[in-house]
Amino acid sequence: MMLAEVERLATPQVAWSVLLPVLILLGGAVVLMVAGALTPRRTKYPWHAGFTVAVAVGAMVSTVFLWWRVRDDGPISAVADAVVVDGLSLYLGFAILCSVVLAALLTHGYLQRERLEGADAYVLMLLSAAGGLVMAGANDLLVLFLGLEILSIAVYVLAGIHVRRARSGEAALKYFVLGAFSSAFFLYGIAMVYGATGSTNFTKIGAFLATNVLTNNVMLLAGFALLLVGLGFKVAAVPFHAWTPDVYEGSPSPIVAYMASGVKVAGFAGLIRVFTYTFSTYATDWQPMIYALAVATLVVGSLFAVSQTNVKRMLAYSSISHAGFILLGIQAASTQGTRAALFYLATYTFMAAGSFGVVTIVGRTGDNAHDLSAYNGLAKRSPLLAFAFLVFLLGQAGVPFTSGFLAKFGVIGAAVEARSFWLALIAMLTSVISAFVYLRIVLAMYDRDTEVTGPKLRVPLGARAAIIIALVVTIGVGLVPEPLAHVTRTAVALTHPQPAPAAAPIEVSAGS
Amino acid sequence: MSEFYRNYLTVAIFMGIAFGLLAAVLSLGKLVRPVRPQAEKYVSYESGVDPVGDGWAQTPIRYYVFALLFVMFDVEAVFIFPWATRLEAYGWFGAIEMIVFIVLLALGLLYAWRKKVLQWI
Repeated sequence: MMLAEVERLATPQVAWSVLLPVLILLGGAVVLMVAGALTPRRTKYPWHAGFTVAVAVGAMVSTVFLWWRVRDDGPISAVADAVVVDGLSLYLGFAILCSVVLAALLTHGYLQRERLEGADAYVLMLLSAAGGLVMAGANDLLVLFLGLEILSIAVYVLAGIHVRRARSGEAALKYFVLGAFSSAFFLYGIAMVYGATGSTNFTKIGAFLATNVLTNNVMLLAGFALLLVGLGFKVAAVPFHAWTPDVYEGSPSPIVAYMASGVKVAGFAGLIRVFTYTFSTYATDWQPMIYALAVATLVVGSLFAVSQTNVKRMLAYSSISHAGFILLGIQAASTQGTRAALFYLATYTFMAAGSFGVVTIVGRTGDNAHDLSAYNGLAKRSPLLAFAFLVFLLGQAGVPFTSGFLAKFGVIGAAVEARSFWLALIAMLTSVISAFVYLRIVLAMYDRDTEVTGPKLRVPLGARAAIIIALVVTIGVGLVPEPLAHVTRTAVALTHPQPAPAAAPIEVSAGS
Repeated sequence: MSEFYRNYLTVAIFMGIAFGLLAAVLSLGKLVRPVRPQAEKYVSYESGVDPVGDGWAQTPIRYYVFALLFVMFDVEAVFIFPWATRLEAYGWFGAIEMIVFIVLLALGLLYAWRKKVLQWI
């Protein structure tokens, strides 16, 4: 045999079973793409959306099975240690899948209303979620970058999926150009960190930083800063937020529901994995960076939201300020902080998806009725819709008995525990300012004096399901927070921290 | 200065020489050449044909679809050639990987065909 004569290339063992959630999403996307191209664009039954939800739920089920396996046997590293399956990756992967389910349910009614039916949007959504899952499970800077690109490129196209609306194309182009720019920063950061530590693998970087002291750490710190720029762009942290209001305003509303929840979760998965876990020994160096970022994000997010008259832009700025709150949890660099950030991400996913779900419906055909005046007297026209939006807004404002209160309480508590008192104070003050913004929308909705005009709003079945799910989770977690809090505790306990600094560090010089 | 930064010094010197050479050659040409301006000499040069009309003309952009499809097969070729030379070393793992890759690209072509991209309007 010819095959036996040459030296075989050693290929890494691939444990396919632990990659199942990603494989299900990718397989589902390919099947949907082909089946969608072979069948008519307009279908009698909404099988495009149904299939997408089924694929996402399938990936969720496999995530749950992996969760049980990890809980019993501990974290699993796969594909030559490039991918890790642990509490963090499974928890955040599940959150991303939740946002895909909600966004797919919202998208169906939207595409039908705008006469844009087709499988393309769902295919891209599944591919993007696969990228998000790769990001959440990355144990190597290059795998993280790959996941980031798979996630982003699909979302750039999704932003422009409304082909007849010029604003949608504008949003896609803006997002693409700025996103490509931030990816370049991220790659440069990878190069810097590789130059300083000699590896792109998180386990090796963590071990190297724990056992060596760099005499010249300029390159490493530059790497931190550049990685922070790349990931800060994806989570919309100030000063890398400039794209957010324009892109959120121009993109189709159900896609924004996915951007504000799924993409943000994936970005934070990268931030937590890179900073909280891998660079844990350098916490004193990167904490001030995150501190400054969090202050700027909180202040700009809440102050600029006040001056907006477009509800979509308001929610865009509010999503920026939420990123600031989550950064609070990361800045703490403690177990408690990470738990609080995870809790916040899960609850925010549902609140954001629900809010943009309501915006989708109120936006009417053409997706243009997003001015605050479009919400005047909504409570009279569609009392249930107005009530759902009220709950989501109060949740985002952090009112007790909604999930948002406990989420904010958690991150501020973690900041106080980490002795960042000023940061906690700023967070509390800005949350009061944001509350004013949310109350403006609420007051417009429940305004008694407005004449009820315009046709009744039609709420498609899928959107109704999505809003009800988000509503139940927002109130349910607010009333019974213990199960989710328990899951976040388990998730953090099931994530291996990087090794602590050795007692007698060895001196090495940087670079050369 | 450490060894690491000294490596970059070479780049800086190289850049300096490049700019210096450019400036030297251009100024030398300026010094020795005769200057006799004529109107024809200032017309845009395009393969010896006199330009006609305005530069801001509309061009059909439907070629871009073919450019995109070309990139698809180009990428395929870029991966297949080096893979084929080392196929024996990759073994069955490599063969199956490449089949997956080609099938995915073929599905992309199928998608393009069904979306009526291949039709010349």
